[in-house]
Amino acid sequence: MSQDFRLDNIGMVNRNKKISFTFNGKKYFGYEGDTIASALIANGVHLVGRSFKYHRPRGFFGVGVDEPYAILQLERNNERDPNIRATEQEIFEGLEVKSVNCWPSVNFDIGAINNFLKMFFPAGFYYKTFMWPPSFWYKIYEPFIRMAAGFGEASIKHDKERYEHKYEYCDLLITGSGPSGLASAYAAAKNGARVILAEDKPRYGGSLLTSDVNIGNQTGAEWSEKIITELKSMSNVIVKNRSQVFGYYDHNMLVMSERISDHLPKTQKYLPKQRLWYIRAKEVLISSGSIERPLVFGNNDTPGVMLSSAAKEYMKVYGVLVGKKPLIFTNNDSGYETAVEFKKNGINPLILDTRKEPSSDIITEAKNLGIEIKYSYVVVAAKGYKKVKSADIAKISDNKKDLSNIENIECDCICVSGFWTPSIHLASQSGNKSEFNEKIDAFIPKKSKQKENTIGSANGKFTLEETINEAFNKGYEVSNKITENNNKVSIPTVVEKKSTEHDKFWCVPLPKGKSYKRFLDFQNDVAVTDIELALREGFRSIEHVKRYTTLGMATDQGKTSNLNGLQLVSDIENKVVPQVGHTTFRPPYTPVSIGAIVGREVGKHSKPTRKSPMHEWHEKNNAVFVDAGVWLRPRYYKQGNETLFEASKREAKNVRKNVGVCDVTTLGKIDVKGPDAAEFLNRVYTNAWLKLPVGKARYGVMLREDGIVMDDGTTTRISENHYHMTTTTAQAANVLSHLEYYLQLVWPELNVNVVSTTEQWAGAAIAGPNSRALLMKLFPNTDVSNEALPFMGYKEADLFGIPAKIYRISFSGELAYEVNVESDYGNFMWEKIIEVGKEFQIQAYGTEALSTLRIEMGHVAGSELDGRTIPHDASLEGLVSKKKDFIGKRSLSRSAFTKPDREKIVGVVPLDKTTSIPEGSYIVKDPKAKLPNPKLGHVSASCWSVEYDNPFSLAIIKDGKNMIGQKLFAMSPLKNKTIPVEIVSSHYVDPEGKRVRA
Amino acid sequence: MLYIFCPHCGLRSQNEFAYGGDATVKRPELNKEISDQEWNNFVYLRKSPRGKHLELWHHISGCRQWIKVERDTSTHEIFKTYKADELTE
Ligand SMILES: [Zn+2]
Repeated sequence: MSQDFRLDNIGMVNRNKKISFTFNGKKYFGYEGDTIASALIANGVHLVGRSFKYHRPRGFFGVGVDEPYAILQLERNNERDPNIRATEQEIFEGLEVKSVNCWPSVNFDIGAINNFLKMFFPAGFYYKTFMWPPSFWYKIYEPFIRMAAGFGEASIKHDKERYEHKYEYCDLLITGSGPSGLASAYAAAKNGARVILAEDKPRYGGSLLTSDVNIGNQTGAEWSEKIITELKSMSNVIVKNRSQVFGYYDHNMLVMSERISDHLPKTQKYLPKQRLWYIRAKEVLISSGSIERPLVFGNNDTPGVMLSSAAKEYMKVYGVLVGKKPLIFTNNDSGYETAVEFKKNGINPLILDTRKEPSSDIITEAKNLGIEIKYSYVVVAAKGYKKVKSADIAKISDNKKDLSNIENIECDCICVSGFWTPSIHLASQSGNKSEFNEKIDAFIPKKSKQKENTIGSANGKFTLEETINEAFNKGYEVSNKITENNNKVSIPTVVEKKSTEHDKFWCVPLPKGKSYKRFLDFQNDVAVTDIELALREGFRSIEHVKRYTTLGMATDQGKTSNLNGLQLVSDIENKVVPQVGHTTFRPPYTPVSIGAIVGREVGKHSKPTRKSPMHEWHEKNNAVFVDAGVWLRPRYYKQGNETLFEASKREAKNVRKNVGVCDVTTLGKIDVKGPDAAEFLNRVYTNAWLKLPVGKARYGVMLREDGIVMDDGTTTRISENHYHMTTTTAQAANVLSHLEYYLQLVWPELNVNVVSTTEQWAGAAIAGPNSRALLMKLFPNTDVSNEALPFMGYKEADLFGIPAKIYRISFSGELAYEVNVESDYGNFMWEKIIEVGKEFQIQAYGTEALSTLRIEMGHVAGSELDGRTIPHDASLEGLVSKKKDFIGKRSLSRSAFTKPDREKIVGVVPLDKTTSIPEGSYIVKDPKAKLPNPKLGHVSASCWSVEYDNPFSLAIIKDGKNMIGQKLFAMSPLKNKTIPVEIVSSHYVDPEGKRVRA
Repeated sequence: MLYIFCPHCGLRSQNEFAYGGDATVKRPELNKEISDQEWNNFVYLRKSPRGKHLELWHHISGCRQWIKVERDTSTHEIFKTYKADELTE
């Protein structure tokens, strides 16, 4: 195995462990500790993708989160993972990655034709190019954009990996383990604070890993190793690598994504792939460092052009040369550090410095090493298509406007340094309004809105001495506010090379007659000309320019492009950068996988599943379940090859003919207790409650203040000051909140308490003409005769030794009872009912039969009480008291609610007595009327009436009462059906209600 | 995510609470004759101030008490929280 660009004696990768992986189907080798980027560069591979808009060849530009180009798609255990940064993803045995944004291949890319059709993709190209004609959208534009754009392809398969969420609290969260992060964490931890130190990369130390410095007589790397080892051993410190704090939210809530298994061939058994941390920190220290700024020149996006700090890190951390004939293009001292590193590794670099006569320690060192330096020189344009082959360079005049004769020199990479930009993204997300610092031409955080401080180079401190001092002091100061331990550690001495001022020059002018593309935003393909065009077209606000040109958008969030874009806008506008201001940085700082955001709340875990105590019995008896809110309820019990329609008809018929039993555990139940309970109910319900005797139940309707029906149910007076309220399954939680609202805030003088008892009781509805006979056998010691237990009566009884409550209430419209026992006895009750009920031909029935029974009886449920109906609409006006006041009463006299032709519930029967009417159908007078056909109302619920053996529906229609007897039409444009119907009473079966009182 | 001080439970995360709207709205007394306009104001009209706002939150996944929270709607700063029956300043 030969790696042409691997150095032998430098780097931190594990040379004893070779790892093979494939890139675009071709096999390569790297070492443990390599990223995809370092391993590919070691193999001489620089072409990894195509750019977003122009499909220009893309290589590597950075070495970490700053990478705007090398976004790949990873395949792992047959899963696809798009949006992977090659500079961050570590390689593992068998890793498969491929390029995105190139079709059909990275080497031959059809989209590159865009590059020659530049008029097609100017600034705002989305808005202009794809506008007209509209019919082109689906057929031409959209498929084209979809094929040509986007960073990879998401898998449509279920992601089998596990992602977890974790909540954590700490005194101090520190984001980044560079010199400032380590120093502040150490100072705070020694002062007794609970510290979380988060590092995005696998290795701790940040710039200490690559800079030639000394701290306390140790090299930067040694010192960082020592500090991190000690921090890890402390019980009050959590240290996390491969963990990016990507979002700063309100009240010091920060979110961090920890990549636990991304660098492993396979997720370990008890570990998730990624873990999302929600961290509530008392204080935050942002030590996210800074990112080197590019210089802008012709074709500065050619593969091989990269940040000089990246080139240095590839050498020092990975032992990889980004080129063997490097050209260093710099406006400050940082480029020299990279040049010196090249030289130390036997490579001869050439430095082009835009400055005229700079002098400093590092420049002297470079000179002493014999490195060739050209002052007042710039790169005019990179040459080469898929890789830099040479560069056009020129001397630049003192006013930086004129270029002298252009020379072409051979090189295989151009390492650029345009000084440094503090990473203020997190501070900006926290609400910190930054200020422009003239000295470093960049924004730094100014006034905190939340409890955060930014330290180190993220705060514009570009010397190690300043950084270390600031970090130790801040770490102590912030922690001491919390711990008050006053335990201050001593600050070590720092040795570093002094650097001199940088040159404010950043954009090379175009030579006469040349129109090179000079890129500002490398991820979104935004060039100097795009910004110029946007400004010519009248965009002024930087936020508008951003959206129009896409500068600083997407996953990159302007990490490398932001300041050069602002510089350009201010240059053209003759303003200074602080006047232009910067765009808002938004979370996430780096891409976060959807899996991590969702966590374990996927599939059946997306919400809790509630099961009744009788669930197992239902399962054993072939119940087919349906989701009712979070509950699972039997929809029907399948016998043989029955369909839903056949089974529900059988079950409903059996209720009408014999007796059925239905699990009604899911109904909401609320205990209402206290001396003022009757008065409270009287205010909550529309009907009168003051005179309900003990042992009696009453049906009640409650409204919202706007007069709309909120819920209905029966409430039973168990004893003098104790009521048992039932609610619908769906509204149980809302009703409880509603009651608490009135008791706690509106009428605190009422002495009443409410508490949910839904889970305390298991309920079985026994319905049908045989139900009393069954009850007599179930409760032989209790008188359940019509006289002793009349309709709406209540009794406590003994069910084979188990205390039970019998409510004589009916939803099915048949003679019916609801028996409640404590939940733990639910199954016992159910099995006894089935066992004893055999001789009465009992059958269990599900929600589908229950619906049929209630619909043909004209009993309203959720589909009628849908948040739009007042009591009148549902024919519940008889329950509305005229004498007393109650919640929502005043609204009922509003003019819209008292109109004579107000909507009203009716029954609907198809004239042919065979065609079922789809729910949601419109009721219209004339099916052929001109569209939009004026609708009278809609069909709210449909069933097959088991009483009459024909379809029957409920509908809520205008002036419903006067429509009874009319022949109208039910239209369902969705099902393409028009059905002639007759309007009948909503009480289709037993309109006098004899059965329930039998 | 906000961090709300429940006067009954202490500092708790926002996801334990449900928002309950303007806390300064007072329900008209029962059985009181009032105009359509007044009733309309009570049912529908709410101020949407930028800045300080006294609002109701319901600690539904905690103590189930309704509390009053004085919050800045633009910065989310919470100045003070009150029990339901506590007088606000
Ligand atoms: Zn609470």
